[in-house]
Amino acid sequence: MNVTLTVNGETRSAEVPPETTLLVFLREYLNLTGAKTGCDIGDCGACTVILDGKAVNACLMLAAQADGRDVITIEGLATREGLHPLQKVFEETGALQCGFCGPGVILSAKALLDENPAPSKQEIRNALAGNLCRCTGYVKMIDGIQEVAETMRSVPTPALPAASKGEQKHG
Amino acid sequence: MPRLDMPESCVPEPPLRHVRQPLPHDSARLHVQGAAPYIDDLPEPRGTLHLAVGRAAVARGTIVTLDLSAVKAFPGVVAVITAADIPGANDIAPTLADEPMLAETHVIYHGQPVFAVAAETRDAARRAARLATIEIDAEPAAITIDQGLARGERVLPDYAFVEGDPGAVIAASSDQMTGTMHIGGQEHFYLEGQIALASPGESGAMLVHASTQHPSEVQEIVARVLGVPEAFVTCEIRRMGGAFGGKETQGSQWAAIAAVAARLTGRPCKLRLDRDDDMALTGKRHDFRADWSVGFDADGRITALDLMLAARCGCSADCSAGVVDRAMFHADNTYFLPAFRIDTRRVRTDTVSNTAFRGFGGPQGMLAIERVIDAIARRLGRDPLDVRKANFYSEGRHVTPYGQTVEDFSTGLALIEELERTSDYRARRAAITSFNETSPILKRGLALTPVKFGISFTLTPLNQAGALVHVYRDGSVHLNHGGTEMGQGLFQKVAQVAAEEFGIALERVRITPTSTDKVPNTAPTAASSGSDLNGMAVQIASRTIKARMAAVAAETFGVPVEDVVFRDDHVVAGNRRLEFGELAKKAHAARVSLSSTGFYKTPDLHWDRARGKGRPFFYYAWGAACSEVTIDVTTGETKVLRVDILHDVGRSLNPALDIGQIEGGFVQGMGWLTTEELVYDAAGRLLTHAPSTYKIPVSSDVPADFRVALFDDENRADTIYRSKAVGEPPLMLAISVFSAIADAVEAASPGRGVLLDAPATPEAIVTAIGPFDAATAFATLVSNATSRT
Repeated sequence: MNVTLTVNGETRSAEVPPETTLLVFLREYLNLTGAKTGCDIGDCGACTVILDGKAVNACLMLAAQADGRDVITIEGLATREGLHPLQKVFEETGALQCGFCGPGVILSAKALLDENPAPSKQEIRNALAGNLCRCTGYVKMIDGIQEVAETMRSVPTPALPAASKGEQKHG
Repeated sequence: MPRLDMPESCVPEPPLRHVRQPLPHDSARLHVQGAAPYIDDLPEPRGTLHLAVGRAAVARGTIVTLDLSAVKAFPGVVAVITAADIPGANDIAPTLADEPMLAETHVIYHGQPVFAVAAETRDAARRAARLATIEIDAEPAAITIDQGLARGERVLPDYAFVEGDPGAVIAASSDQMTGTMHIGGQEHFYLEGQIALASPGESGAMLVHASTQHPSEVQEIVARVLGVPEAFVTCEIRRMGGAFGGKETQGSQWAAIAAVAARLTGRPCKLRLDRDDDMALTGKRHDFRADWSVGFDADGRITALDLMLAARCGCSADCSAGVVDRAMFHADNTYFLPAFRIDTRRVRTDTVSNTAFRGFGGPQGMLAIERVIDAIARRLGRDPLDVRKANFYSEGRHVTPYGQTVEDFSTGLALIEELERTSDYRARRAAITSFNETSPILKRGLALTPVKFGISFTLTPLNQAGALVHVYRDGSVHLNHGGTEMGQGLFQKVAQVAAEEFGIALERVRITPTSTDKVPNTAPTAASSGSDLNGMAVQIASRTIKARMAAVAAETFGVPVEDVVFRDDHVVAGNRRLEFGELAKKAHAARVSLSSTGFYKTPDLHWDRARGKGRPFFYYAWGAACSEVTIDVTTGETKVLRVDILHDVGRSLNPALDIGQIEGGFVQGMGWLTTEELVYDAAGRLLTHAPSTYKIPVSSDVPADFRVALFDDENRADTIYRSKAVGEPPLMLAISVFSAIADAVEAASPGRGVLLDAPATPEAIVTAIGPFDAATAFATLVSNATSRT
């Protein structure tokens, strides 16, 4: 069957078997491998993407259910001006270690901040409770999200410092 | 400049430009964009097949029928592989030849792979794998440690450290106690599951991308199953999505199956276990049973310890020799034992073979002795911290049960005393005691526990590392070593060392994937030793090249070679300067080699296992944690209120990465001792085989008040920039959470704190508390309410 959806602002479509999940659609048909396969049962959050403004587990949703809808993946978060503030703070504070959970965590955090620009620490902790991380202990993630929320509130227009476009060291 | 906060304790020396800087992980920029490829993200070579394994559904027995016709007939299936199809040896064991790649006639654990399917799609392979008819003549199985002990089979011989006559000393002591504790295992739950992609090359060559901490062992085992020389096999890994010991030996089987399938089909083959298979088919932290008797004096000083550690090793030896030995090496923790028997049973059970997991047996041994200390304190009515101090290694009482002298016990003692002050331990103890007097339902507990962890592989030959460094003509540097990156930041730390040596910007150092064709015969990245070993090897390689370049510079400048300095991207001698790349060009033109290997072996190690004496560890890493918890005595629910950690990383190579290891290690240890429970049914089937039933800590479980500091003390041993290993030791800081919960149980039900088993699930907590007297609790509540009005 044909599935057509908006991914990171672009219309994308592919012919897929009807049982194809949104995660497989993104990873294998669109080559967007930022969303990860962690548990395939919607418990670990590594596959989190944003669908019509809500964080969802792409492994639990059929691609067909996303037909005609709007998807944001981690690949769509940075702009020409640079990294999203969440990406920037996660990079700089060492919020990630192995990095495998990172795309999901960042998108869950974005969905939270889009809906609630002034979350309490407890609300942040609860919003991340569906994203498992085995490396970090979550400490710098929680602090980083709170910091970004504060910065975004204090700067009404998106006038965040552009990320350096320097070479990506050590690929 | 990244703005990671630098702890005061780690102010860098002025001359260092990169080392000691709290720089982010080398892949951080890629991680946050989803642009750091793990193996499943790599472009699949044309014609890649996908694999799935077919599993045995009994724990022990003999295969009588294996009918794979329906599997073969399934649309999309290209090949079905059984033990008979393996070109080389059917053996994926790391040490003894006791574990096959695929079961032949005997089944040794529930879920053991019997065959593999290669199909055009992953979905087809997984569906087809379920269509086999496997009849197994089942035999009675031993699943638990107690069943294994009753049956009496071992994977390895019993082994003990003995000094004096502990039985007699205990009997003659002024007081004595005995106890038994069950200590649960732990699933690694690396977010990236086991995966391998094997691509056949020309003339029998095989390239394997495997998510492994031990590429050289994957290479060896793939060569073994293919029946080719090791030189025909290359194993490569750029990064893992977590490993924690679960990819030290456990990645080999999947790489071997992928390689055999690739050989038989002539096509690239990828095997990614789905999460349920990963949890059921790969080994875990060993669960232990600890039986102890202890004698002690009126001050709580131990006179003798008789400890029996029985470990569930599972169906094969795997690395249980080292794991159970390390439990013995840590059964003293920071305490002097004048007389002892530290005995072990390496119990064979009909379950998946247990394996390495961060701490490698150390946590289980350490938990046992900490519980003994707690028991002594309860018996004497003393604060457990005072009993810990009374037994701490000290002058004249500083030889371990394995004969190594603890030279730096004063570091450990200073560390716990500093934490006692900074955590406000005494005042909080008093506050908790008065809280508990008037709170019948919620009870608080507090504990401050130390950690002393021995650094080095106890299998001495593994303490070696190699590096390969190239300088190109533009002055950029290619960096390679035998260590693997699993998120811990090893590559970043080692790149900082290389950039420091050459005096160049970090951006000029190119980190490259670990590969057996660059650096051969490597040790696993394990035992916390990654940066100690590989940092040194890279420093040695860099210095070799630097010496050659310095000679060229000295000749160019007409100065003695000793005057040549590499700094600020230049080579400097007096008032002469040359850009680093310019010197590289000159050196090349002068026909000087700009490439070198580096080799390092840890000095001063010796271990005589037969005698149980020696110096197995190069040094010790110290730490301590103070945890405060609340439990609900009616439900067993726990909340960790506050945690203070002080940890010794020597002089840190990168304090940001080290603090990350401490926070993450602690939380992982907390999971092991609280929520993570492995449950098997009587048939040996793992019931907790997904995150829906196996609970690792989530963000809302992390203590709301979590304070981590580094202890400022350089490593006495001559390590890379006097740093210390940090991978494993912090996991054991979480023993403070367990002891605090036991403290709260004791407050709820005096005399029963010692009965708490690990993990301290709500069920374990209410079981330890025993019958709950609701009437008295209610009466206390009423009387409290009345007294307040």
